[in-house]
Amino acid sequence: MSTITILSMDAPYESANSTTALRIVDAAIRKGHNVNVFAYEGAVSYTLTTQKPHQNPVKGTSVEEERHPTTKDWVAGLLAAAGEKGVKLDWVRCGLCEDERGAFDQVPGTRRGGPADFVKQVAASDNVLVIPTK
Amino acid sequence: MSQYLLIESRDSFEFGDVAYLHDLARGLAKEGHAVTLFLVQNGVLPARPSAQSERLTRLARGGVEVLADDFSLKERGISAGSLADGVRAAPIERVVDLLAEGSTRAIWH
Repeated sequence: MSTITILSMDAPYESANSTTALRIVDAAIRKGHNVNVFAYEGAVSYTLTTQKPHQNPVKGTSVEEERHPTTKDWVAGLLAAAGEKGVKLDWVRCGLCEDERGAFDQVPGTRRGGPADFVKQVAASDNVLVIPTK
Repeated sequence: MSQYLLIESRDSFEFGDVAYLHDLARGLAKEGHAVTLFLVQNGVLPARPSAQSERLTRLARGGVEVLADDFSLKERGISAGSLADGVRAAPIERVVDLLAEGSTRAIWH
């Protein structure tokens, strides 16, 4: 079992980077690794609980038919998956970044922190992947 | 010898700086390091046989492992069997395996 740290910076729904970051976290958990995530800048909005799925007026589909995935549900699912697998998912949100964005209603099981926490995550990791914005 | 994981998320048809990552991969492999170039998101688009894919084929012939994320290929309607010479489809788990080795140095572009 290894510990992998991922830093993500992109806001959700703006870049495929978000999807790939979540896929890497998911794959690492499934393989039995501990994962640290440092959600920096716009990435603090991955875990906003006020996100809502929506219908698609262009296609004429309802909320139920559209099954629009939200990143807050993905992260909640990853936290649950880590618990079931018996590995640790430490999801840290940059506090100053969420203050700037008023992003205060956050998924339980994630925690508020700062760059010093990222340093601690890195020091305790076997490897680190930083996914910057374009 | 070190292990390097270079992740390319950009389409070389759109971003000229993709060539710099290719240069880095080539140089590292030439110095005897193990190099994996993992194409993801729009980074898989040059994996189709095209003017841009020739560089990927040359990298593979130079000892670089060139992989294309199977999910990104599927999203874009690219068949894993239609990739340029030297490029193979691979799951995202390959990235996790390399990161889990600890000694791998990873760069995202």
